[in-house]
Amino acid sequence: MATNADITPPAAEPIVTPPAVVIQPVEGGGSQLSKTLNGIGSFAGALLLALIGFGIILLLMGKNPLEIYAQIFEGTLGSTYGWSEIVVKMTPFILCALAVAIPARLGLINVGGEGQIYIGAVFASLVALTLGDVLPTIALIPLLVIAGCLGGALWGGLAGLLKAYAGLNETISSLLLTYVGSLIVDFLASGPLKDRSTAALGQSYSKTFPDNVQLPTFFDTRINLGIIFALIAVGLYYWLFKYTRWGYKMRVVGGNPEAALRSGIKINRYIIGAMMLGGAMAGLAGMIEVVAIQGRLRGGISNGYGYVGFLVAWLAMQKPGRIILMAALLGLIAFGGDTIQIEGNLPAASVNILMAFILFFVLRNQGLRAAKES
Amino acid sequence: MDPIFFLQLVLVGAVRSGTSVLYAVLGETINEKAGIVNLGTEGSMLVGACTGFIVTYQTGNPWLGILVAAFAGGLLSLMHAYLVVTCGANQLASGLAILFFGLGLTALIGREYVKLNIVGFDPIAIPILSKLPFIGPILFNHDILTYIAYLMGPIIWFVMFRTRWGLALRAVGESRSVAFSTGRNPARIAYIALFFGGMLAGLGGAQLSVAFTHSWVEGMTNGAGFIAVALVIFGMWHPIRAIAGALLYGGSYSLQLKLQTLGFGISPYLLQMLPYVLTLAILLLWGQASKRATPAELGSPFRTSN
Repeated sequence: MATNADITPPAAEPIVTPPAVVIQPVEGGGSQLSKTLNGIGSFAGALLLALIGFGIILLLMGKNPLEIYAQIFEGTLGSTYGWSEIVVKMTPFILCALAVAIPARLGLINVGGEGQIYIGAVFASLVALTLGDVLPTIALIPLLVIAGCLGGALWGGLAGLLKAYAGLNETISSLLLTYVGSLIVDFLASGPLKDRSTAALGQSYSKTFPDNVQLPTFFDTRINLGIIFALIAVGLYYWLFKYTRWGYKMRVVGGNPEAALRSGIKINRYIIGAMMLGGAMAGLAGMIEVVAIQGRLRGGISNGYGYVGFLVAWLAMQKPGRIILMAALLGLIAFGGDTIQIEGNLPAASVNILMAFILFFVLRNQGLRAAKES
Repeated sequence: MDPIFFLQLVLVGAVRSGTSVLYAVLGETINEKAGIVNLGTEGSMLVGACTGFIVTYQTGNPWLGILVAAFAGGLLSLMHAYLVVTCGANQLASGLAILFFGLGLTALIGREYVKLNIVGFDPIAIPILSKLPFIGPILFNHDILTYIAYLMGPIIWFVMFRTRWGLALRAVGESRSVAFSTGRNPARIAYIALFFGGMLAGLGGAQLSVAFTHSWVEGMTNGAGFIAVALVIFGMWHPIRAIAGALLYGGSYSLQLKLQTLGFGISPYLLQMLPYVLTLAILLLWGQASKRATPAELGSPFRTSN
């Protein structure tokens, strides 16, 4: 696996920017090992500093940080239930990290994973509500996957389209589209798709999906087929950029758009394609959320997964293996937040501080390293 | 309803709900003029809203509240400055880290203050002017922070385009190396710009909690900071045009609220899309024109010369 050394941070504006990641597999065993160890050490240092930073804030708030950390630890790693919930949480984090990582190969910054989740959820819900009674589960699952991916791809692709043909910065457009996406769900759940039964009076959500609409779960937990989809997606991501022509061309375009344009590569197609593919990943996460977790369409389903996915992608420096590791770590922290809300009487969102600190120190290390090499 | 009266109501609302965003747009304009994008603006707004509310609640003095809010917003922005200027980190990733920090921190420290009320700032009708037909209530019956916000636009314009400091700021945003070779210190200037930008964002947040709603709710800025980043493009990095951007956003926000109260048969959620869709549409119309106004160094990673 390549290391931190080959990172060129992308610039914000035009396509004529360096890519987020220049893939240069590092050859040579000895230096590879020491680089990996360095990377682990540097990350461990960042994690420790983040824990100390969050601890100080907890201390200032009159809480005992050791107690809080113990609660997080016990709540997550101390029981099989905790472990299973980490897996449940990390599923959308992995997919949303891919939604960032794929366009990042072209130097595009997709911050709209959150909105793409919502539209994926909408498409999946439409399939669930119309065909859920008609088809068996085994036939529904592929349709749900396709629908979720299509919805997300539509929303991501829209930002790509605006970038390719109108020059509108994809960071801005994907952010704005996020709000539109979440409002579309609110609108559908309170209007056209609203459950009109008396039991749901005053509620804004769709009817519960028919029983056939489900993803198989494992080990008597909420862990579901979604995690398998997420892992397969990571595998495809790795394969796409390592072995396919398309992935190779993406790297060329990302590395030097002008040269790519001169050599006849149609850049716009790649921009739209990468944004669609990224969006599809987030849309898949939206499908998994409504089908496996919620069982119906309702507002506010995503709860910031798209943004956490962004953090995961950056912590992992867009590398496939690390995306899984970092998604697990942030999954642990996120579920830890739920734990301390109940046990420590703290808002669940407090753990955002811990996530922010981790990214803070990791970015600091990345930046300083890049500066040293330039 | 009388259409003229309706229009007046919408415009009153435009000014009222555009103020908070205006502070943030002005702040982000300063940041970006120095070549730095700050998605953490949303975080600075939240921190401002939360600390402004808490201090006002504890001391009963809204002035002290907004002072602390501005300072807190500036401090948060310095975290961004440290990452992107001192460490040369990616600006968008750093901005999101700052946003998460602000989200978490305000959820934590603001928890005891949700559902409480403060006196805060109330609208002040300016004598005579506020009695002017039609425009009186639109322009001259607002809280003090609104008046300050609108004075801030021209002041920032003056500093930016008519002073040495402003020249230095713009020079750094156009070319750090040229600015450096003409004896300026790009890092220091970027730090100062980000601190001021964060202060303005903090004030914007405080306007929401201390003057507009007189309450604090977790995550109450609800993306206004992101909107501000978009509106900077709309205003083409110009503090006076930033006012137009903020009014456009405020206007579409207020229009959807007023349409809701009129009881149109349209879902409120569809109406709420208006500000976002309109912002997108106008950015599209601006298209290439905004490209030319973009500070050349915007978003490029900071590298201190070694």
